[in-house]
Amino acid sequence: METRATRAGLKVWTWLIVAFLWIPLVVIGLYAFNGSQIQSWPISHLTFHWFSMAWHDSQVRDALWLSVKVGLLATGVALALGTMAAFAVHRFRFFGRESVSLLFLLPIALPGIITGMALSSAFSFAGVQLTMWTIVIGHSTFCVVVVYNNVIARLRRTSPSLIEASMDLGADGWQTFRYVTWPLISTALVAGGLLAFALSFDEVIVTTFTAGGTTLPIFILNNLRQGQQLPIVNVIACVVILLTVVPVWVSQRLTSDGDGATAVRAAAAAAQSSQSA
Amino acid sequence: MRKRIRGRHLVLLALVALVGALVVPAVGVSKSSGLPTSIGKGEGALSLVEWAAYSDKSFAAKFEKTTGCKITRKDAGSSNEMFNLMHGGGGGGGGQYDLVSASGDASLRLIYAGDVAPVNVNLVPSWKDFLPAFKAPPHNTVKGVHYGISVQWGPNTLLYNTKKIKPAPTSWAAIYSAKYKGQITVPNNPIQIADAALYLQKSQPALGIKDPYELTKPQFAVVVALLKKQKGLLKRYWVYPADEIKDFASGDATIGATWPYQTLALQGAKVPVPVKEIIPKEGVTGWADTWMLGKKAAHPNCAYMWMAYVSTPRVQAQQAYVFGETPANPKACPFMNKISKGLCSQYHLDAPASYSKSIRFWKSPVADCGFGGRKDCMDIQAWNNAWAGITG
Amino acid sequence: MDVEARTSAGSLRGARLRLSAAFWRRPWLKLLALLLPPVAAFGLVYVTSLGALLASAFWSSDAFTAKVIHSWSLTQFRAIFSLSDPTYLRIAIRTVLIAAAVTVTDAVLAFPIAYYMARLATRRMRSLLFVLILLPLWSSYLVRIYSWTTILSKTGPLNWLLNGLGLPDTHLAYTNWAMWIVFSYVWLPFMILPIYTAIERVPGNFFEASADLGARGPRTFRSVLLPLVFPAIVAGSIFTFSLTLGDYITPLLVGGPGSLLIGNIVYENSSTNLAFAAAFAVVPIGVMGVYLAIARRLGAFEAV
Repeated sequence: METRATRAGLKVWTWLIVAFLWIPLVVIGLYAFNGSQIQSWPISHLTFHWFSMAWHDSQVRDALWLSVKVGLLATGVALALGTMAAFAVHRFRFFGRESVSLLFLLPIALPGIITGMALSSAFSFAGVQLTMWTIVIGHSTFCVVVVYNNVIARLRRTSPSLIEASMDLGADGWQTFRYVTWPLISTALVAGGLLAFALSFDEVIVTTFTAGGTTLPIFILNNLRQGQQLPIVNVIACVVILLTVVPVWVSQRLTSDGDGATAVRAAAAAAQSSQSA
Repeated sequence: MRKRIRGRHLVLLALVALVGALVVPAVGVSKSSGLPTSIGKGEGALSLVEWAAYSDKSFAAKFEKTTGCKITRKDAGSSNEMFNLMHGGGGGGGGQYDLVSASGDASLRLIYAGDVAPVNVNLVPSWKDFLPAFKAPPHNTVKGVHYGISVQWGPNTLLYNTKKIKPAPTSWAAIYSAKYKGQITVPNNPIQIADAALYLQKSQPALGIKDPYELTKPQFAVVVALLKKQKGLLKRYWVYPADEIKDFASGDATIGATWPYQTLALQGAKVPVPVKEIIPKEGVTGWADTWMLGKKAAHPNCAYMWMAYVSTPRVQAQQAYVFGETPANPKACPFMNKISKGLCSQYHLDAPASYSKSIRFWKSPVADCGFGGRKDCMDIQAWNNAWAGITG
Repeated sequence: MDVEARTSAGSLRGARLRLSAAFWRRPWLKLLALLLPPVAAFGLVYVTSLGALLASAFWSSDAFTAKVIHSWSLTQFRAIFSLSDPTYLRIAIRTVLIAAAVTVTDAVLAFPIAYYMARLATRRMRSLLFVLILLPLWSSYLVRIYSWTTILSKTGPLNWLLNGLGLPDTHLAYTNWAMWIVFSYVWLPFMILPIYTAIERVPGNFFEASADLGARGPRTFRSVLLPLVFPAIVAGSIFTFSLTLGDYITPLLVGGPGSLLIGNIVYENSSTNLAFAAAFAVVPIGVMGVYLAIARRLGAFEAV
C-alpha cells in the first residue's frame, strides 16, 4: 500500500528513532572515560581510572549482587503466582474473574510511588524491618502481572483440545502438564521471567520505599546525587548494557517462533495487560 | 457514626497487622534505657545520613581501616530530607541509618519526634575541648540531655562566576535581580525563606524583621512574594551540591546561593571553574551540625567510634578543609594550618565567637517565637506550605 | 525388578491418578488450589496496604514532630483542592497535561517505526531493531535520564552541534520542555512494542483488499489499519501515562523551577506527613481509574 517515498520515509524515521534511543547511551559511554568528576561538555581528557575503581569497589559488587538476588527471587515468586493465576483465570469461569485480572494489573497501572508508599507504611505499622525480603515483596507486586499476561496470552493461543486429547489417551493431570502444557508455555515463562527480572533489576521507586540495603539502581541514584564518583555510574551503566547484549540476543533467538521475538511480545503483553482487565 | 468508622478502622489495622505477622516474623527490639558507659566491639558497619562529604574518604578511609566499620552513605539535600530519612521506615532511622548529621533546623524535630537517642558525651574524649557554645547548644541538648555531638558549622554564601558576573556582587540583591535572569540558582529548601527574610531585614527595615526565622504573617507575606518573583528569574532550584556544581561548570548557572563545599569543588576541579564566594553585606544564614544517633541504630558501637573519631582535632581539620566550614573543636587550628597555611583564620577558628555571632544559624520556625507568647509567628508547617507554593 | 518398588511406584501413580480424578470431579477444588495462593498473597500484602494508605489520607500529622494524629477529617483534601491556594491543583493539572503530552508524542513517534518493523523490515533487520529497542531498557533508566541533563545543558553536545551548524543555542535545560523530551524518551519502547504486535497481527490481505477496493495509502491507514491498531495504542498509553503520572525522579534531574509533579509532593511528604501524601496520591489513582475506564470503552481490553 505504501508508495516508494513512504517506504523511504518510514525507513529514515525508524533510524532517527533508533538514534534518539541510543544517543544518551553514547553519551554514557563517553563519560565513562571522563577524566573529571563533573559531567560537562566537551570532555577534557579521558581515563580508564573509573573502570578499575568500579571493579575494586566492594559497594558496587554488593549492590550488584543484591540486585541480582532480589531480581531472581521476585521473578521466582512472579513465575509461581503468575502462572497459577493465569491457569485459574483461563480454565475456569467463576464469580469475580474479571476482578482478579484487575487486581494483578493494579501495581502496574498505578504509579510505583503509590505501591511503594503503601507497602512502606504497612511495613512500618506492622513493625517489619526493611530487609532484602521487603524489596522482594515490593518487586513481586509488579512482576506477577508480567508473567500472568505472558502465560495467559499463550494459553489463549493454544487449543484446549490438546489437553482433552491427552486426557483421553489416559494421561493423568501431572503427565498432561509435563508433556503437553509445559512445552507449550515454557517459552512464555522464559519471556515473562526475563522481563520480570529486567523490571526488578532497574526498579528505583518502589525500592526506595522498601529497601533494606542498597540495590544497584539505589547505588546509582545515590552517586548521581553525591557526584563524587559520578563516572563510576556511567561505567556501571555501560557494563550492564554490554552484559545484557548476550542474554537479550539469545533470548530473542531462543524464544522467537518464526515471526519475531517473544521477549518483545512479552513486553508488549505487559503493556497490553489491560486486555485481560 | 463515629463508632462505625472506628470499627472499620480497627478492622483495617488488624488486617495490616495480620499481613505483617504473616509476611515476616516480627523483629523484637528492646533496649535498656540507660546510656552506654563504654564503647563495645565494632559491628563492622556504619550507615550515615549526611551532608555531602561529611564522611569524605580523605578521613573516613582511615576510620574504616582502624575500626573495621565499613561506611555506607546516604547524602541528603535538605534538612527536611534528613528528617524524612530518619523518620521513615518506622522512625528512629528505621534500623537502616545509624547516624545523621542534622543541622539546627532538623535536630530539635528529630529529638521531639523521638527518632534520636541520648548520647553519652563522655565516650567522645575530644568533646571536652569543644568551643563552649557547641558543647550543649540548645539545638541538640534538651533539659541537660545531650542528643548528639556537634560537628562543624559555617555560612551559606553567595557564589558567582567571576568571568560572567561583573562587577562583583556585594549584596544578596544579585539573586533577586532581573539582570541575571535565567542564570540564578538557589537551594530547594524551605529554610531558604530565611535567606530572603535576612535580605529584606536589611534592605527594607520598615518591615521590622528582627530574626529571619521569626516572621509574622505580614512579614512572611512580603518574603514569600519576593521569592515568588525570584522563581521567574531562576535557572533551577538545586537539590544536591552536585547539581549546583554541574550547572556552574556547564555555564547554565552563573550566580547563586551555595555552601562553601561547592565553591571548593568548582575551584579545585580538574578544569577549574572561575568562581568566587562572598559573604554579602546583609550577612548570612548558616548551619551548626550535630551527629545524632538513630534510636534504632543497628551499629551503635561503630556510631560512637565515629563520633569520637570526627571530634579529634586532626579529623576536624580535614573535614573543615574538605567542606569549607569551621570545626567545633578549636584544637583543630594548628592541624588546619598544616593542611593549608592560614586555613584556621580563613574559617575564623581563631576568633570563633564574633564570627559565629555574624551567622544566623538555621533553626526550626515555631509559632511561639518570643513576641510575648502571642504565638503569631509562621511555623514550620506554614514555611513548608509556602515553599511548595513558591516552587510548585 | 523389586516387587515392592513396583507397587510403591504403582501406588504413587495411583495417588496421582486419584488426585487428578478428584480435581477433575471437583473443578472448584482445582480452581481454589490455583487461585488461592496468588489472590491471598496479593490481597493480604498489596490490597490491605493500599486500603490502609487510602484510609490514612483522612488523618493528619503534626508538622514539627511528624506524629500522626488519628482523627478523621477532610483537612488534607481541602488543602489539595483549595481554590484560594491552588498550588496543588496547579501541580496536579501540570502532571496530567505532561503525561498526556508524553503519551501523544510517544504514539506519534512509535507508529511509523512499529509499522516499518512489522511490515517492511527483513527478518534480520527486524531482529536487529528489536535488540536496538530493547537494549536501552536494560541500562539504568536513571543514568539515561541523567545523561540528558548533559546533552541539553548550555554548553552541552546539543548546543555544540547546533553552533557547529551555525544555529543559535537552545535553552532547554531545566524546563518543562526538557521533562517532555526526557519522559517521551524513556517510555518510548513501551509504546513501540504493543503497536508493533498489533500491526504484525493484521493479516496482509486486509491491505490488499483495501487496495482492491480502490483505497490508497492514507485511506487504508485511516479506515483499516488505525481502527485495528488503536486499542494497542491505548494499551501502550496506559504505560506511558501511568509511568509519567507517578515519576518524581525525572523532575528532580531535568526539571526547572515550576516543574514539580504529583510524585515529588507525594515523595517529600511520604514519611513525615503521610496523611497528606496519601491524600495527594488519591489524585493519580482517580485519574488512572478514569483513564482505564475510557481505555475499556475504546476497546483496549478486548484487543489483540
